[in-house]
Amino acid sequence: MDRRIRVLIAKPGLDGHDRGAKVVARALRDAGMEVIYTGLRQTPEMIVSAAIQEDVDAIGLSILSGAHMHYFREVKRLLDEQGASDILLFGGGIIPDEDVPRLKELGVAAVFGPGTSTQDIVDFLRQAVPERWRAQGLA
Amino acid sequence: MRKKHDWLRETYQKSLEKMPERPVAHRTLSDIAPEPLYTPEDIGVLDPEYEEKRGYPGEYPYTRGVYGSMYRSKLWTMRMFAGFGTAEQTNERFKKLLKAGQTGLSVAFDLPTLMGYDSDHPLSKGEVGKCGVAVSSLADMEILFEGINLEEVTTSMTINSPANAIWAMYLAVAKKKGYDWKKLGGTIQNDILKEFIAQKEFIFPPEPSVKLVIDTFEWGPKNVPKWNFISVSGYHIREAGSTAVQELAWTLADGFEYVEAALKRGLDIDEFAPRISFFFDVHNDFFEEIAKFRAARRIWAKEMRHRYGAKNPQSWMLRTHAQTAGVSLTAQQPLNNIARVAIQALAAVLGGTNSLHTDAYDEALALPTEESATIALRTQQIIAYESGVTHTIDPLAGSYYVEWLTDEMERQAMAIIEEIRRMGGVVRAIEEGYFLRELAEASYRYQQEVERKERIIVGVNAFTDEIPLKVPIQLVDPEVERVQAERLARVRRERDPKRVEEALAGLRRAAVEGQNTMPHFVECALAYCTLGEMMDVLREVYGTYQEPAYV
Repeated sequence: MDRRIRVLIAKPGLDGHDRGAKVVARALRDAGMEVIYTGLRQTPEMIVSAAIQEDVDAIGLSILSGAHMHYFREVKRLLDEQGASDILLFGGGIIPDEDVPRLKELGVAAVFGPGTSTQDIVDFLRQAVPERWRAQGLA
Repeated sequence: MRKKHDWLRETYQKSLEKMPERPVAHRTLSDIAPEPLYTPEDIGVLDPEYEEKRGYPGEYPYTRGVYGSMYRSKLWTMRMFAGFGTAEQTNERFKKLLKAGQTGLSVAFDLPTLMGYDSDHPLSKGEVGKCGVAVSSLADMEILFEGINLEEVTTSMTINSPANAIWAMYLAVAKKKGYDWKKLGGTIQNDILKEFIAQKEFIFPPEPSVKLVIDTFEWGPKNVPKWNFISVSGYHIREAGSTAVQELAWTLADGFEYVEAALKRGLDIDEFAPRISFFFDVHNDFFEEIAKFRAARRIWAKEMRHRYGAKNPQSWMLRTHAQTAGVSLTAQQPLNNIARVAIQALAAVLGGTNSLHTDAYDEALALPTEESATIALRTQQIIAYESGVTHTIDPLAGSYYVEWLTDEMERQAMAIIEEIRRMGGVVRAIEEGYFLRELAEASYRYQQEVERKERIIVGVNAFTDEIPLKVPIQLVDPEVERVQAERLARVRRERDPKRVEEALAGLRRAAVEGQNTMPHFVECALAYCTLGEMMDVLREVYGTYQEPAYV
């Protein structure tokens, strides 16, 4: 497979805890993906517009402040609204187990909690993104 | 060479006059009665460097503790960080914690408050009351401390960029209730440098941010003399992925940077330095953590005395709060965290901390529940009352490993401090992206070691279970946002608009003309200006800061 997976790693909202986001961004890059990191304090609008502009295959949101329901819902809504629902949405942070099914219902493909191996995230993207390409007849 | 006998007669005795020994049996379970202190004399060995490197508790260089009688007289302050939802909910939690035997309050604020936005600001949406309590005006602060005697408790507030405003609100509550500012004790974190380095809750660029901090150095000792107007914090640096040595070095470098800025303003070191306090993380590597606390006290004392010329011994003392490492808690097998927290808390105590927060076992999942927070407090009480480690001061002194590691951490930390000085100081190093690069390296390296299983984390990369254990967690009521918005609307409706306008104009003038902002913050608070209004004035004057997105 020649095509490289492009991923946007984003920190929505006011939360400044960026260790995890940066570690994940770097691990994905080391695994051969093209990674764009947004930096801190992004609004859902900024994230979705960056994702469309950069033509990414997936968006990873990192949220540790407890505001995950709000931000995932907003990002998903904007993606759908702007005809970009083909972009895979995943995320991680301090997210209670109870909220994971609710996030999946919203259309979040995967949620990675504390202690996740970065290899699991790499494996997930390597499987889920090409599946989407095939479904869209791109691969 | 100074003898233990002399120390007992002088420093120890003097310390007991201020604070007698606690009325508990300082005896082991076999009824052996340990002395307050052991030194090389007690086991008949020679330690030619004893006075220079270790010294006696309550004496320079304070390696063995800042107070003469340490825990023999007074245990560390058990100070549990709490805050969520509305001021009413947090006030209720505070009252319960005080009833459970906690000896000091510690306020966690929500992200909008930490970033200087009112609860009804568009950027606050979804974040109000989530990771702490929402405080947008004096009205919230009044509810937060309702029914609590501010002269009897000490209150620590974890607030940085808007620290001046939040402190002013607390002082305004005290003033309105008739408490004497001279009797108030507590701490505001107010350490903006570590925000640029690690936690990223900054609003203004580094230079005006440091100016606001130095305003408290100048105003605090004259007006609220018992208040610690800064808690120079390594905690967040460590949680962001640094090593223990980096935490030690960068925290002290931050402390020295503030001292230099205060001296540049012409302040008297022996007036402000005694009220500088610290805050360190305490992680899993037991002896490294103990050595870190001991090395921190020694470095601070030496530098304050010899480099900065402080003469008052109070200026040499590094008094510190500690918190167990949130970053070390695992979401997998969460009850294991109780054991981690106990080990870390024990290290902080053996390191001679003056105050301690223990994390709850469920914090990798959500905010702690009342039950998990209570277990965390009980963990401290078990160490304090059952383990016997408080019988004698600095019981690990003289351990070959602990003394060697203390020296080694001092050496490595001083090398980093010198490197930062060569770069032109902490602000310059921030501007050059030094800390971001170093942190990214250290945290990535650690993550890789974990993934290669060179470092084992029980329940995560070894000894894993298939069955996930369910723990009850604390969820925040989404109603908070509405309650806050209504209260803010009422505050804006009922306050005196003329007084608000004048107070904000005064704050603006002080900021533009470079005067001390603190008296104006107090007037703004009393006028019920909102936090957002005060911060907006400064945003206009100082501008805001964006850091480069570096991976």
